[in-house]
Amino acid sequence: MNLESFLLMRYEIGLLAVILLLIVFEIFLNKKHKGSLIDIAIVLFTIHTIIGFLPLADGSIFGGMFKTNALLHFFKSTLNVGVLILLLQSADWLKEKVVQQNKSTEFFILLFSSLLGMYYMISSGDFLMFYIGLELATLPVAALVAYETFKQDSAEAGVKFILSSALASGTALLGVSFLYATTGTIYFDAMAEVLTMSNLSILGFIFFFSGLAFKISLVPFHFWTADVYEGAPISIASFLSVISKGAAVIILMIILFTVMKPLMPVWIKVIYMVSIATMFLGNIFALRQKNMKRFLAYSSIAQAGFILLGFLSNDQLGYTTIIYFVAIYIFSNLGAFGVVQAISLATGKENMDDYEGLYRTNPKLSLVMMLALFSLAGIPPLAGFFGKFFLYTAAASQGYYLLVFIAVVNATISLYYYLLVIRAMFLRKNENAIPFFKSQPYMRLGLLLASIGILVIGMYSPIYEYIYSISNSFLN
Amino acid sequence: MDILSLFVIVPIITVIALGFSKGLKQSRIVALAGMLVQLGMSINLIFAYLKERAVNDDIMVFVKDIMWFEQFNIHYSVGVDAISVVMIALTAVIVVAGIFISWMVDDLPKEFFISLIILSTGVFGFFISLDLFTMFVFYEIAVIPMYLLIGIWGSGPRENSAMKLTLMLMGASAVLSVGIFGIYFNSNIGTDGPLTFNILEIAQVNIPEAAQNLFFPMVFIGFATLGALFPFHTWSPSGHASAPTAVSMLHAGVLMKLGGYGVFRVAMYLLPIGAINWSDFFLVLASIGVVYGALGAIMQKDLKYINAYASVSHLGLVLFALLMFNKTAWNGAIIQSLSHGLLTAMFFALIGMVYGRTHTRDVAKLGGIMKVLPFIGAIYVITGLAYLGLPGFSGFVAEMNIFVGSFQHDDTFHRILTILAVSSIVVTAVYILRMVGKIMMGPLSNPEYANLPKATWYEKVGLVMLLIPVVIIGVMPFGLGEMLKESIEPFLERLL
Repeated sequence: MNLESFLLMRYEIGLLAVILLLIVFEIFLNKKHKGSLIDIAIVLFTIHTIIGFLPLADGSIFGGMFKTNALLHFFKSTLNVGVLILLLQSADWLKEKVVQQNKSTEFFILLFSSLLGMYYMISSGDFLMFYIGLELATLPVAALVAYETFKQDSAEAGVKFILSSALASGTALLGVSFLYATTGTIYFDAMAEVLTMSNLSILGFIFFFSGLAFKISLVPFHFWTADVYEGAPISIASFLSVISKGAAVIILMIILFTVMKPLMPVWIKVIYMVSIATMFLGNIFALRQKNMKRFLAYSSIAQAGFILLGFLSNDQLGYTTIIYFVAIYIFSNLGAFGVVQAISLATGKENMDDYEGLYRTNPKLSLVMMLALFSLAGIPPLAGFFGKFFLYTAAASQGYYLLVFIAVVNATISLYYYLLVIRAMFLRKNENAIPFFKSQPYMRLGLLLASIGILVIGMYSPIYEYIYSISNSFLN
Repeated sequence: MDILSLFVIVPIITVIALGFSKGLKQSRIVALAGMLVQLGMSINLIFAYLKERAVNDDIMVFVKDIMWFEQFNIHYSVGVDAISVVMIALTAVIVVAGIFISWMVDDLPKEFFISLIILSTGVFGFFISLDLFTMFVFYEIAVIPMYLLIGIWGSGPRENSAMKLTLMLMGASAVLSVGIFGIYFNSNIGTDGPLTFNILEIAQVNIPEAAQNLFFPMVFIGFATLGALFPFHTWSPSGHASAPTAVSMLHAGVLMKLGGYGVFRVAMYLLPIGAINWSDFFLVLASIGVVYGALGAIMQKDLKYINAYASVSHLGLVLFALLMFNKTAWNGAIIQSLSHGLLTAMFFALIGMVYGRTHTRDVAKLGGIMKVLPFIGAIYVITGLAYLGLPGFSGFVAEMNIFVGSFQHDDTFHRILTILAVSSIVVTAVYILRMVGKIMMGPLSNPEYANLPKATWYEKVGLVMLLIPVVIIGVMPFGLGEMLKESIEPFLERLL
């Protein structure tokens, strides 16, 4: 193994460098200038993101434990962009609430470590690496959820999160050990060759799937979602709902279509049922939410149900559509969470009723929110429409017309609650509407990037075509 | 730039320009300028089409095709035949008239015109699309601004009406999308080519009968909900009643036409066997709609509700005629779409004018308006007479064609339904004459009405613009019939 092969881990090494540099900067920064740490972190991470776009070879190292290919390369860059937008959106919150407590470096270190864990998780070539990545991705987030220590909700959410994710990773590990028991290996490639349909391997799959389903918050493993989102700082709720969920979907896809391919007849049925349950429950609970964070939590549960439609098509169409939708979902949800963040920061208000009459006082914020929600609802010409339409196409291509029908019914239900927010912002007149406020440049940039993503990813078809051209690369 | 894509690009440019304009005066000028260009283009399109048709006998002319999503074989594909050309002209006329009628919109004027023009972009795009995917995109673009238009600028229970309308129409489009998938995944049967969304290519394929029977009702209901098919019409009366004037005009005048057009162009043209197998069932529903709408209109006291139910009845006739499967009836259906579009737009404009002055739409409270508002009163009477099918106006031509066509079926089932539908003419006469007589004639119901302001120039322009085509169609129906004849031909080949 030569030094060059380490370059295959460019993302990981780069991110590690960012983390270490931040620690160095914190030591040498004067106490008065602690606020500039945020700018430094954003600049460093931007550089890291830009470097990420440079081309990278495919390959595997550590005897196949760590793999990289064009698809992972693309997806890590997508995660980077997502995290960058998230950082921009949370810069003001950090400046106002966190810097005073001298805790901003920790925030970045924890956040970046979690991202590092996701890199390793999706790049893993065996279950050991997968599990290390999973834990590294999860544990720092638990600390972040409880970051606003002065709030009781936040601490409570932290406990809920750590308990449920411990249970989830334990369950996943149990599943992995069953799979190991049937095949005698933990390497993905080797396991794919020897795995056969047997009771133990099916049980292994079920446990493993349940573990990941916690991360993606699929029904019936979604109970933690709303409470944790509500208690956590908005940036972290946003991180959980987009970055963490996105990464979990990708690794689920990779494992299902490679390692567990022999079990496909079983997992197709599971995915089918879970998808229906997730869409319906997410939607039905979202209908009555008043708190925007809880609202977005249930909406993101419902969205996860839609993502599962792509798993039913076992071909390039399916893989492409899953990745495409996840990318779109990241931008749309970041747009929505960004607006919630901006408003919460300026006024401390987080309820849907508080948004009444928002358009007349803050038209730009309302427009971004409308774009984001319409994209989530799947209204053309926004990206979400294309994502959903292609997911339906993927499911319909295998003849699952009934499921597509259920999905479109759910899309209509979801439109209702997205329109409730639009109604509050645009239709209602309110004497005590949130007064006009001007967001900081970082926040505006973050919202702008999310909006551009929402507008461009859908209509600009070369993006889809690019994903299509690389979507097969994880198979070999 | 090709002649058809401009119909989408001009509105988009107008919307962008509106984004930079401030206040009512700037916004309405920008909106008007953009839509006048659009109107000019659509009149030009009629002549360009006639010229092109003389030398070109393809089904669609001015075809332009750009690959969009290669993996799905989705194209941005446009082209027109006579039916789309006249629909585009209708839309352009009504949009311009709508802008004149909303000359004085006071609340958030910029946003109002933006939403209105986005809606019209969707409609124009829908009529020029040859690709089911593109068509579906434009269909939804046309529906969603309605929520804001009714919700923000509407009256009465506007929030609920807007929500009900949006959810029912988007629900219908959801059902439609399943139907579209059904067509798409059967679009290469027997050709071994790639799957396609292109309407003309799919029309070369014979989709298996089982699939047609399954997907026809989905596509049909998906579109016909927009065309107020009974029992999926319930969004329409409340939506119309709550909508601001220009939106009611556009909605009844144009948006609901998307339904009939889609049924004809997509459901019946692409799934002919399904259409024939299901025709009796939907024919019964359409007939019920015709009669039910007419009877509903009799019972209403609110002017807008009367017109909304009348629309259910008249658009029911469009679907009724389409399901009759013959040339005369189809001709009638298209003319009825145009005629109803223009006349309903006029009605809603007039109601808006009366309401804006008297602040009531209650028939019982109005009376003798003709004395104080002679121009509005006179146009109201003309519109009413044209609506109930007086010869010399478009309504007569349309209904004549429809019923002559439907009477060509000599079996009892069709006869009974035809007689039922014909009876709606009488009922229409009852509610129109009663309404016009009550509110226009007789003594002034309220002394305060004596000083109502006269019609302004922009109101007059808007009304006259709409009246001209009504008279042209009424007096010279043969020109239109001649133009449509060739475009109905491919449908005849495919369905009979």
